Amino acid sequence: MLARRIIPCLDVADGRVVKGIHFEGLRDAGDPVEQATRYDREGADELVFLDIAASYQARSTTLAMVERVAETLFIPFTVGGGIRSVDDAGAALRAGADKVAVNTAAVRDPDLVSRLADAYGTQCVVAAVDVRWANDRWAVMVTGGRDATPLEAISWIAELEHRGAGEILLTSMDRDGTRSGYDLRLTTAAAHAVDIPIIASGGAGSFEHLAQALEAGAHGVLAASIFHFDNQTIAGARSYLRERGIPVRP
Amino acid sequence: MIAVVDYGVNNLASVVRAFAAVGHPATLTADPEVVRRADRVVLPGVGNFGRAAVTLRVTGLGDAVREQAAAGRPVLGICLGQQLFFAESEEAPGAHGLGILPGRVARFTTSLHVPHVGWAEVLATTAGEAHPVIGPLLGTSGAFYYHVHSFHPADLPDSAILATADYDGRFPTIVGQGSVLGTQFHPEKSQDAGLALVKAFAEWTP
Repeated sequence: MLARRIIPCLDVADGRVVKGIHFEGLRDAGDPVEQATRYDREGADELVFLDIAASYQARSTTLAMVERVAETLFIPFTVGGGIRSVDDAGAALRAGADKVAVNTAAVRDPDLVSRLADAYGTQCVVAAVDVRWANDRWAVMVTGGRDATPLEAISWIAELEHRGAGEILLTSMDRDGTRSGYDLRLTTAAAHAVDIPIIASGGAGSFEHLAQALEAGAHGVLAASIFHFDNQTIAGARSYLRERGIPVRP
Repeated sequence: MIAVVDYGVNNLASVVRAFAAVGHPATLTADPEVVRRADRVVLPGVGNFGRAAVTLRVTGLGDAVREQAAAGRPVLGICLGQQLFFAESEEAPGAHGLGILPGRVARFTTSLHVPHVGWAEVLATTAGEAHPVIGPLLGTSGAFYYHVHSFHPADLPDSAILATADYDGRFPTIVGQGSVLGTQFHPEKSQDAGLALVKAFAEWTP
């Protein structure tokens, strides 16, 4: 039995951790290295680092930051944002990432997922999918949530699995930063559609919300606001989940 | 000196860092003579059994590791490094591993998703409970370690299976005999539980 995962997420822009609501109105949430150190020490199961300002010019700065964060971690480390090629992914892995997350680049070039899986193994490939409910369907959004695509989220997730994604990082933009709970309908639908793990993201505001997403079929829960701003600890989340009967690490 | 064998696979930095974090600095080396002079040896690795087996043979690093094991020095294999302790693997039929542990490496036979990725609960076997490194670490309650793999050790004598985990059936995930110890999981990615194992290995006198 694999333990369910609690995954703090560092959204990084210009060298700082930030967090917004519906991907907008970004608020400072500290230094990435300090935050990573804190979360590793508190017992996070994994850490995700997303370069949300990902621009070509800032690439080397980001990799230097990834390297500094990786040096503090003894847990699996996922890096995303601006990864558009096998070479970009290789650079992130050499900087200390264990997995890479792709989002916009996978929509524009779905074969990238297969090439990454061939080059580094499916366990290395996290397909990030940003979703917004519109016109009675879950629409896949790209470029940091700015642009809609014609893709429907659940069928897109199935295609990503088929192409070699090792897991899906599924973010509800509708819930992002609202602390009103994960989109459980979305989580359940995704978990039924694929065999690979679904990491639920967007909306966590309480430990109860973490439990709900795991009970809805997510294999891990990504959270930012509650850990960055609310003085909630990973250890607290873990003991809450354990009492709910969810298998987590001690 | 603790030698971490560099045979061209990824993710060696985190292994070196784990030893440093527990107060036992390790040296990354691709030189078989440095491996021969080491007090203890670590064979890490992520990758393909066939290619790695060839690299170990061509570079002479494989012979150096084998000699150290034969001399009774502590040798730790991690993930693919551990699989290379066996003579053969279903991942690369015809390839020759080091053959310093009895048994072989088999592919998961399960309808569950492969690779097996995540924090799996590891429980000591009777042999593990009696092992000076593994017994005190796992006790009777076990520990969680981070696994990423499609293959695992198989067909070992019970005495060489020190701990198992469950993935649609139990599989060996800590193996060992004499001064040789291997983990299918990544202690360097397994936080406190992993660092405790790294420390115990660094301080082990078989």
